[in-house]
Amino acid sequence: MEPSKEKSADNANLEKQKESSISFDFTDSKKEIKLESKNTNVFYGDNHVIKNVNLKIREKTVTAFIGPSGCGKSTFLRLFNRMNDYIESFHMKGEILIDKKDIYDGDIRVEDLRKNVGMVFQKPNPFPKSIYENVIYGLKIQGIKDKKILQAAVEESLISAALWDEVKDQLNKSALALSGGQQQRLCIARALAVKPTVLLMDEPASALDPIATSKIEELIHVLKNDYTIVIVTHNMQQAGRVSDKTAFFYIGELIEYENTKDVFINPKHELTERYITGRFG
Amino acid sequence: MTNLEVELKRLKENITEMMHLVESQLTKSQQAFAEQDVGLAKEIHQIEGRVDAHDLSIDKACENIIALYNPVASDLRFVLASFKIVAHLERIGDHADKIARYVRKKQIKNNYDKELLDSVRFDEMFEIAIKMVNMAIEAFVEEDSALARKVFSQDVIMNEIYQASCYQIDAYTSDVIPHLDRILYLFSIINKLERVGDLCKNISEETIFYLDAKTLRHRKINKLEE
Repeated sequence: MEPSKEKSADNANLEKQKESSISFDFTDSKKEIKLESKNTNVFYGDNHVIKNVNLKIREKTVTAFIGPSGCGKSTFLRLFNRMNDYIESFHMKGEILIDKKDIYDGDIRVEDLRKNVGMVFQKPNPFPKSIYENVIYGLKIQGIKDKKILQAAVEESLISAALWDEVKDQLNKSALALSGGQQQRLCIARALAVKPTVLLMDEPASALDPIATSKIEELIHVLKNDYTIVIVTHNMQQAGRVSDKTAFFYIGELIEYENTKDVFINPKHELTERYITGRFG
Repeated sequence: MTNLEVELKRLKENITEMMHLVESQLTKSQQAFAEQDVGLAKEIHQIEGRVDAHDLSIDKACENIIALYNPVASDLRFVLASFKIVAHLERIGDHADKIARYVRKKQIKNNYDKELLDSVRFDEMFEIAIKMVNMAIEAFVEEDSALARKVFSQDVIMNEIYQASCYQIDAYTSDVIPHLDRILYLFSIINKLERVGDLCKNISEETIFYLDAKTLRHRKINKLEE
């Protein structure tokens, strides 16, 4: 039931402000700004896909990016570990800051950036190697060979990814023999092994069944204590369940960015309301 | 129209229908009291059965919408508000039915002194109550929050009338019964305690709904404990 926005606008603004001041701010404002986008514009050739987006994400929070397909949310997510750099026609204007440093500055090494910013994709993509080899893959690239260090990293990462108890006796088993949900948690363990501080997740549970999805969501909840997490999802309920803040994108623009509870109970923008209530198009 | 929109539209239609039934109960209770019309008082009780049926079916519809459609934003607020509105409507219908019961059982007759009724602003209070119900209905049906806010000022007048009525009744009876106000306050406390009992019964019904998935509302007392 969509009330007339015009009628709502007729209400005394002051009263409205008083009422809306009772909000649940789950984002601790004492936390430092971890990620920041300043006047960010992205183009694929002449196609302007991200339009002047300004947004700040605090450390150790979960932020959900939502919006219809093609709205630019995944492109925007991939700016934070420079995944778009591989696309030939890609160019951007503006700044993307992590810990107040512009990651598109010439002196930033992409390898170092990706150690700090892990990424989990829609489809689990373990390497056709053992569970153990998968987890240590990033560490080996870094040149770490000490078996004790590697062993400890495997255990720690698999524990953090809530997979240790299920695979501790079969670390030499092929990762491809794991279930889809286990593979996705293995990919999270692989990302955690190199000790990032940011985790980007692009629809991490969209290929999983409800039980595996629930495990990933529980995991996100725990990981939030140590990592800054940004998740792209098409599942509105998932965004509501896992995130502190939600950003709604539409045709490359950031339309609304608020506490998740506010977005799903009382969105400020009519476009957001129409999207989350399924009245789009 | 999406399936959810169809469900929400149907929900609103059912609530609107229930609202008009309740409004008719209250209006008829005023007339039944004024004219001591036992037949009309019985009719109000029959409407009560329909109001209760609406209460149960609307509650079920809200449950289904939440379970099956996961509404958010204004849809979620509408369903949550509907839950509560229906409970309040049912209570208004209950009050109208209880007023009518005095007439049905001939426990009161409209032979109150006009001076007393005027001093406690009885007719005015009845009129305001009916007006408030109509305003609340219109605000809901027309989605008019400005009108909904106007109901609040009417409630202020109702509170004033209620608070003054005790003194007026005391003054009216002071020659015959000294300190009737104290007796009225005692009765008021008894009334409130009875309400606490009712509310605890409601809480227990909802606990049983949560635990056993059974709806016990509007059942006879002797069947509740089964």
